[in-house]
Amino acid sequence: MQIKFAEYADATVVRLDGELDEHTAAQVRQAVDMAIDMCRQRVFVFDFSKLSFMDSTGIGMLLGRYKKLRALGIEPKIYSPNRQVDKILQMAGIYSIIKKTS
Amino acid sequence: MKNELKMTISADIANDAFVRSSVAAFCLPLEPSIDGLEDIKTVVSEAFTNSVIHGYDGDKSKFVEVRVSLEDGKLEIIVKDDGCGIADVEKAIQPFFTTKPEQERSGMGFTLMGTFMDDMQVTSAVGKGTSVVMTKKISEGKDA
Repeated sequence: MQIKFAEYADATVVRLDGELDEHTAAQVRQAVDMAIDMCRQRVFVFDFSKLSFMDSTGIGMLLGRYKKLRALGIEPKIYSPNRQVDKILQMAGIYSIIKKTS
Repeated sequence: MKNELKMTISADIANDAFVRSSVAAFCLPLEPSIDGLEDIKTVVSEAFTNSVIHGYDGDKSKFVEVRVSLEDGKLEIIVKDDGCGIADVEKAIQPFFTTKPEQERSGMGFTLMGTFMDDMQVTSAVGKGTSVVMTKKISEGKDA
């Protein structure tokens, strides 16, 4: 799993490149939490355009980060999940708390 | 003709990607759609993760058994461990139920398995282990 960060004028973006499962989740949590701690923006984007696989571990990871971001007053958003990831996020009701962005 | 895969592999979560990719590759002769293959990878990953994390509580010296059979366009996947077992299966398969909420677990594993496959049966005995049997029709009357 490769994790990259980018700061834009209005948002912090974290891009996950690889497969998110139980094996890679700890690394993702640690890196994303670090980015959240440094985030000075109002919006935090999870860029899933390079995420080729995600199982239910990803749902737990997102819910955990959601709580942390909301506590800091930062709005989380999801960008460009593939069909499978999108299906899983929908099924878990993630979009009712984290909106998709284009 | 029936075509089968049997694999016994260390209960190490690092093996998850290998296990799900191997099962998906084995199913290729059935020519499932890309979405179908992704569903297969997802359910195998969920079941294998359950065995490693819950069944064996991270004990890598144990083994998980994965069996896949293809016959007349019907796919059957069995993931079995000899771990701690589940006391209340009915409760365990409810959406969002988890015994490890402090580890940010979603409790959605069984829900995804049940939704992506046509049928899912969980057999478990406390102290003996758990077996998940999942079936799905892949292609009408097509022989593997």
